[in-house]
Amino acid sequence: MNSIILYAVLAMCAIGIVAAIILYIVAQKFKVIEDPRIDEVVEILPGAHCGGCGFPGCRSLAETIVKRGSLENLNCPVGGKKVMGEIAAVLGLVAEEKEPMIAVVRCSGSKSNAPVKVQYEGASSCSFLNQLNAGESGCPFGCLGQGDCVTVCKFDAISIDPVSGLPVVDNDKCVACGACVKACPRQIIEIRYKGKKDRRIYVSCVNKEKGAIARKNCSVACIGCGKCVKVCPSEAITLENNLAYIDFEKCKLCRKCVKECPTGAITELNFPVSKEMTKVTSEIEA
Amino acid sequence: MTVSGSPHIYGDQTVKKIMWGVVIATLPAMLVSVWYFGIGAITTTAVAVLTCVIAEYLMRRYLLNEEHPDVSDGSAIITGMLLSFNVPSSLPWWQTMLGSIFAIGVAKISFGGLGRNLFNPALVGRVFLLISFPVNMTTWPVPLSNRWVLVDALTGPTPLGQLKEGLANGETIAALKVHLPSYQDMFMGQIGGSLGEVSAIAILIGGLYMLYRGIISWHIPVAYLTTVAVFSGILYLINPAHYIDPLFHLLAGGLMLGAFFMATDMVTSPMSHKGMLVFGLGCGLLTVMIRNWGAYPEGVSFAILIMNAFVPLINKGFKPKRFGEVTNG
Amino acid sequence: MKTFKLGGIHPEENKISAQQPIEIVPIPQTVYIPVSQHLGAPAKPIVEKGDLVKTGQLIAKGDGFISANVHSSVSGKVVKVDEVVDYSGYRRQSIIIESDGDEWVETIDRTPDLKRECALEPKAIVDKINEMGIVGMGGATFPSHVKLSVPQGKKAEYLIINGVECEPYLTSDYRLMLERGREIMVGITILMKGLKVDKAMVGIENNKPDAVRLMKDLSSEFKGITVHALRVKYPQGAEKQLIKALVNREVPSGKLPIEVGCVVQNVGTAFAVYEAVQKNKPLFERIVTVSGKTVKKPSNLLARVGTSINDLIVVAGGLPEDTGKVISGGPMMGRALSNTGAPITKGTSGILVMSEKESKRKKTMNCIRCGRCLNVCAMGLEPFLLANLSENQSWEEAEAEHILDCMECGSCQYTCPSGRPLLDYIRVGKNKVAQIIRTRKN
Repeated sequence: MNSIILYAVLAMCAIGIVAAIILYIVAQKFKVIEDPRIDEVVEILPGAHCGGCGFPGCRSLAETIVKRGSLENLNCPVGGKKVMGEIAAVLGLVAEEKEPMIAVVRCSGSKSNAPVKVQYEGASSCSFLNQLNAGESGCPFGCLGQGDCVTVCKFDAISIDPVSGLPVVDNDKCVACGACVKACPRQIIEIRYKGKKDRRIYVSCVNKEKGAIARKNCSVACIGCGKCVKVCPSEAITLENNLAYIDFEKCKLCRKCVKECPTGAITELNFPVSKEMTKVTSEIEA
Repeated sequence: MTVSGSPHIYGDQTVKKIMWGVVIATLPAMLVSVWYFGIGAITTTAVAVLTCVIAEYLMRRYLLNEEHPDVSDGSAIITGMLLSFNVPSSLPWWQTMLGSIFAIGVAKISFGGLGRNLFNPALVGRVFLLISFPVNMTTWPVPLSNRWVLVDALTGPTPLGQLKEGLANGETIAALKVHLPSYQDMFMGQIGGSLGEVSAIAILIGGLYMLYRGIISWHIPVAYLTTVAVFSGILYLINPAHYIDPLFHLLAGGLMLGAFFMATDMVTSPMSHKGMLVFGLGCGLLTVMIRNWGAYPEGVSFAILIMNAFVPLINKGFKPKRFGEVTNG
Repeated sequence: MKTFKLGGIHPEENKISAQQPIEIVPIPQTVYIPVSQHLGAPAKPIVEKGDLVKTGQLIAKGDGFISANVHSSVSGKVVKVDEVVDYSGYRRQSIIIESDGDEWVETIDRTPDLKRECALEPKAIVDKINEMGIVGMGGATFPSHVKLSVPQGKKAEYLIINGVECEPYLTSDYRLMLERGREIMVGITILMKGLKVDKAMVGIENNKPDAVRLMKDLSSEFKGITVHALRVKYPQGAEKQLIKALVNREVPSGKLPIEVGCVVQNVGTAFAVYEAVQKNKPLFERIVTVSGKTVKKPSNLLARVGTSINDLIVVAGGLPEDTGKVISGGPMMGRALSNTGAPITKGTSGILVMSEKESKRKKTMNCIRCGRCLNVCAMGLEPFLLANLSENQSWEEAEAEHILDCMECGSCQYTCPSGRPLLDYIRVGKNKVAQIIRTRKN
C-alpha cells in the first residue's frame, strides 16, 4: 500500500521535473528581448484597444511612444490628460496639452423633423442602406439610423434614441476615439471640442443640396442662407456648397448664430434656456 | 412603400416548417413504441417533451433575458421527442425530466440557444442519463408485455447487449444466433430497446418523409449506413465466428434512429455535402468500433457526439468547390 | 438537357405576362433621361437648356472607353440639364426634355422590312454599336462595344446569346424572341461578324418551349447559330453559369468570360444591335415587362427611355391599392424603388409590383447552420460565413473567402429558412473589400 503512494508521488515529481526542464529550454530559446518601458506604458494605458490614437491597439501606441521618445502628436483620447501625464512622468517626457474632445452627431433629421417616406427592411447596417437607397426620409445626406456608430463604439457611449431615431452621444462615456466617425458612411459625426461646461454650438446638418430641395425632406435642414456667416463676430462660420460650418477652434460660443438661423439647423447644447426661447415655447404651448 | 435589398421573394421553407416536419417524421416511430411498450412510452414521451418546452421557455426568458421567447419553432419538442426515443420506456419519470432539463439547459441554452449548440441536445441528455443512472438506462422492458397496466413490466436484453455479453462469455456467433431475435422482428421492432429505436421500418418511413420534404439531404444517412455496412462487412468476412453480419448491425440498436434523426440534426452536422459525407463516414467507423471493441454494447450516441465535436473542423476543411477555382497556380 | 452544375434554386416562375403581345406605350409629355444608364463613366451632356432635339439625336456623349452614348427618346425642347431624384432617392444628372411630337432623325430607317445582309467590316460594326449607345439589355447594362473589343492576346471562340430569362415574372426577352426572332438572328450574325467568330449558341430555358422551337427553326436559315434548350434553374442567366451550361467551361474566379473564349450577349442586345447596325437606330426604347400578382393587366410594353415608371404602371392598369413594394427588374436581383416617378432606362427589363403582404421579409432568426445557403450558391461560396465576417467587419478574412466572387444572385437569402439578411451583409462586405483592394493598389 505504501509503495503505491510512493510510486505515485515519485511519478508526479518526475513528470514535474521533466516538464520544468522543457519549459525552461523553450522559454530560453524563444525569449524576446523588449524594452521594459513598453510594458510600463501599456500598464498605464486604458487597454480598450479602440484605435482612437491611430494605432491598432494600446500596445502599438506604447511601442511607438517608447521608440520615438517623444509624445508629440501622440495621444490617447481615452485616457486623456491624466494618462498622458502619467506616461510622461514614467518616461521623463513633457505631455502635450490637449483640449478635451467629443463626438457630435450633425443631423437633426428626427422622425418628426424628417418624416419617414419609405420603410426600410433588412440588415441593420447604415453602410448597406447607404448603398441601396437615400434613406427612409429621402435626405441623401442625413442620418440613416441603422446604428453603425452604435455597433462600433467600444465605450457604449452612443445609442439610438427610439423616439427621434437619431444617435445620441453620452457626454461622460464618449472618449472621442473617432471610431464612429469612420463607421458613419455619410460623415455625419465629427469630433469637436467638448467645450466649457460641455457647451457646444454646431450646424446640425450636412446636407449640401440647395435650400428648397433640402427642406423638402427635412424641416431643420441647413438651407445655406448665410445669415449665420454674417452675424458671427469671430468669423468662425464658413459657407460652402449650400452648407454652413462652424469652426470649433474659432467659435466663442456667443450663440448669435443660433438665434439667427431660420430653420433651426444650428444646435446649441447645455446652455441655460434663454428668455427668448422660453417665450417662443410658451407661445407654442398656448 | 418598402425598400430592401434583393432578393424580394423567398422560398417557403422556414425554421418552423422544418422543425415541425421533423416532429411529424417522428410520429411513426412514436406509434410503434406505443404499440410495443404501451403506457410507459406515452408517459415518457409526454414528460420529455413537456419538460423540454417548459425548460426552454423559462431559460430563454430568465437566463437569456428574451422578452417574449417563442418556443413554437418546435426545436424543443424535437429534443424532447428524440430524448424520449433514446431511453427505455421504464425509465422513472423524474429521471426523464432531469435528462430533458440537462439536454436543454447544458447542451442548448448554455451555448446561446437554437443554432449555436455544438452537440446534439437529445444525445447529450441521453449520455448524461446513461452515466448518471446506468441501471435504469440499461433495463429494457420486453415488448408487448404489461403494456397497459401500471406494474413493472418484464425486462429483457437488447440484441446488441445479448451479443456483447455472449461474446464476452466466449461464445461464437453461430451459437449466439439461436437466441438472438429474427431479422424480421428487428425490422418491425419487436425487440428490447429504447422506445424509439426498436423499429427500423418506422424510422425509415420517417426518414423518407424528411428526405421527400427536403428537410434533410441523403448524404449523412447514406454515408453513415454504408460505412457501417461496409466496415462491419469486412470484419464479418475476416472472422465470421467473432463478428456478426452487417445486416444485424444495421437493424440493431439506435443506428437507424441515429442515422436519420440524430446525425442529421442540421445545427450539429456539417454544412457542405462533402462535409456531410465525411461526417457520416466518421460516425459509421466510430459506431462499429465502439460496438465491437468498446465497453458499451451500443456506440451510436457516442459516435455522433464525438463527430459533433469535429464539425467545426470539417466545415473548415471540406468547403464546397468554388466555381472557377484556379487549381493550377 | 444541359444546365450548370453547382447550386441553383427553383423559384416559382410566375410568368403571368407571357401571353401578352408587346404593346406600345404612348409618348410621354416629359422625359427624364439620365446620363448614366450603363456601367462605367456617366456620359457628358452635349445639349443645353432650350435646345431643340429630334428622336434619336445624340444628347450625351460617352466619356471614355467604358461608357455609352445617350440619345433623345422624343423630339422636343430640352427644359433642363439637372439632377433628378432617381429610383433610389439619390439625385443623378439627367436631361429633361419636353416632347412636342415624335420627329425622328432622318437617317433612321423606320420601315419594318427585314434587312439581312450587313456589308460592314468588323471594326465598323463595333464602332456603329458604340455610336448607337448599345448596352447589355439583360440588366447589367455593360456597354456592348467594350465586350466586342477583344483584348490583345485573347481570342473569342463562341458568341453566347442569353435568352434564358431565369428571373421569375419577367417575359420581355421571351416576347421579343417570339415577335422579333428573325431580327434577333440577324443581330446575332452581325455580332458574330463583329467578334470574328463563326459559332454562336443561343441558350433558352425549357420553360419557354415555343420560343425554343421558333428560334431553332429560324436558326436553320443562318450559318453557325445553334439553339439549345436548358433545364430550368436559377441563376442560369448569369454569364458564368450560362457558359458552364452551354460549353462546359468555367470562367476563372475574378476573370471575364473572354478568358475561356466566350462573349455573352442578351437576346435584347442582339435585337438592339440589329436595329443599330441595319436600321441606324440608336437605343432609346426597350421592352419592359410590367407584372405582379396584384397588377390588373400584366403587360409587355415597348417604352421610350425616360418615361416615368408611373406611366408604365398606368398602362398596366394602375398601381394597386395595397402595393408594398415596386421593383425595377426581377424579384431576385431587382432594386426596390423609393420613387415610382423615376424614369425607365436602357437596363429596365421589368417593373414588378408587390402587395403589402408579399413585400414583407421573413422573420429573422438565429442561423441554424443547415447549410442550405452554401448548397444553393452557384459560385460555391459560403454565404453564411461571408455574411458573418462582414457583420463582424473582418474584411481581410472575407476577402480570403472570395467574397468578391459573389454575383449577388440572391439564392442564399431566398433559401434561408431563418430569413437572415445574408445578401445585405455580403453586399456591405463586397463594397468594403473592393474599397480596400483599391486603396492597396494606389
